[in-house]
Amino acid sequence: MATKKKIQPLEDKTESFFSRIIDDIPSERLGSLIIIGIKTRGEYLGKRLVERIGERTGRDVTFGTIDITLYRDDFENRKNWPQLRRTSIPDDVQGKNIILVDDVLYTGRTVRAAINSIMDYGRPASVKLAVLVDRGGRELPVQPDYAGINIETLDDEMVNVYLEEVDGREEIEITREDGV
Amino acid sequence: MAFDKKHILGLGELSAEEIKVILDTAESMKEISTRDVKKVPTLKGKTVVNLFFEPSTRTRSSFEIAEKRLSADVLNFSASQSSVVKGESLVDTARNFEAMGASIMVIRHGMSGAPFVLARQINASVINAGDGSHEHPSQALIDIFTIREKKGKIEGLNVLIVGDILNSRVARSNIFGLRKLGANVRIVGPATIVPEYFSEMGAEIFHSLEHAIENVDVVIMLRVQSERKTLEYFPSLREYSGLYGLTREKLKLAKKDVIVMHPGPINRGVELTSEIADDPGAVILEQVANGIAVRMAMIYLVALGESL
Repeated sequence: MATKKKIQPLEDKTESFFSRIIDDIPSERLGSLIIIGIKTRGEYLGKRLVERIGERTGRDVTFGTIDITLYRDDFENRKNWPQLRRTSIPDDVQGKNIILVDDVLYTGRTVRAAINSIMDYGRPASVKLAVLVDRGGRELPVQPDYAGINIETLDDEMVNVYLEEVDGREEIEITREDGV
Repeated sequence: MAFDKKHILGLGELSAEEIKVILDTAESMKEISTRDVKKVPTLKGKTVVNLFFEPSTRTRSSFEIAEKRLSADVLNFSASQSSVVKGESLVDTARNFEAMGASIMVIRHGMSGAPFVLARQINASVINAGDGSHEHPSQALIDIFTIREKKGKIEGLNVLIVGDILNSRVARSNIFGLRKLGANVRIVGPATIVPEYFSEMGAEIFHSLEHAIENVDVVIMLRVQSERKTLEYFPSLREYSGLYGLTREKLKLAKKDVIVMHPGPINRGVELTSEIADDPGAVILEQVANGIAVRMAMIYLVALGESL
């Protein structure tokens, strides 16, 4: 078995992804905005987005993180569940406008879990989805409001995003285990 | 993950690494109790049975809330009003619940080792909620979790356990867990209930509270257990409370930022004065609140480990 690996550097794509999101936020909404990053990589992207909003508008936007493990729908696969990490949503979400941030959008199941989780904190006015990479392959009716990069992938390919803060590099890695 | 146990029977059975996974998981669980909707859907459709062969209010309620916050279906069984009265054995009782679809059993039993017997005989996951004078892992994990939360670490701390060590399952579990995580454990009480052989577990033995309490970071007071005959081991309650009851004067000999813990129910005026029970340094009610998070972590982790 061999592993085929394709690497695509992120370069300025994350920055233009953030710019497009910020351009789209009406300034009167900034006060009721909460950015929520889905752990792990979504947390770092979400943090960067909050920083960029601060730089562009001078406004401090609320930031939270979410661990969707307890909302997963694959209990039969529980042996592979990761160590649980803390969810932290500092503000009341009631009536707020939320942007959910994640690195890769694939089946849509993580996003479903994240939305369910947020609803347990209250009823937000709106929830939008921003993903750095949309690799297709949806199993649920979930579509991103903002996608930085669209890539075509096969079902047996793995797409990983590596970020400076955690991985020391900025790239997308597409891997595929070649049988025989 | 560093945790793949199907059962949690005692801290004697767990590695330092596994204990840390439980504590870290509990930290994440604690946040759930602060939400609007204090419930996650994780164990939806799973059934948990609380098999209590000894009376218990606090531990059973705490387990029950923990189970419900994970969305499990909960059945409560208590020995006094049950088939045990009709002569059914422990294992048969458990197998009946298994036949009804229960996949996790939380058991408290007066006989040391009962949860171990059960774990060998049934397919469900077993959590020990106290067996005889052997172990009470959930209580010790709560104590350790609370200490870690207050002190930021366990390693290198001086922890003193006061009272009926001999008959205390809380003490045994705490000694196992605290030693594994690198704390220095001292135990103190009359020689009849603080026997020398506890030094084999790595505890330092004292018989004078004034000596033992010097420079400690944490004091864990044990309950005088009238149902477990603590009172037979010393002449009178008054003498015990004079020598080993915690007062403000004695507490002054400990470190300035000492915390005082008690697994409950407290006997005011016996193990500690009311003044200390209500002091900000006493974290007794925080222990109770943390109990739910720790028990959620235990149930969640054995649910991940169980082979349904």
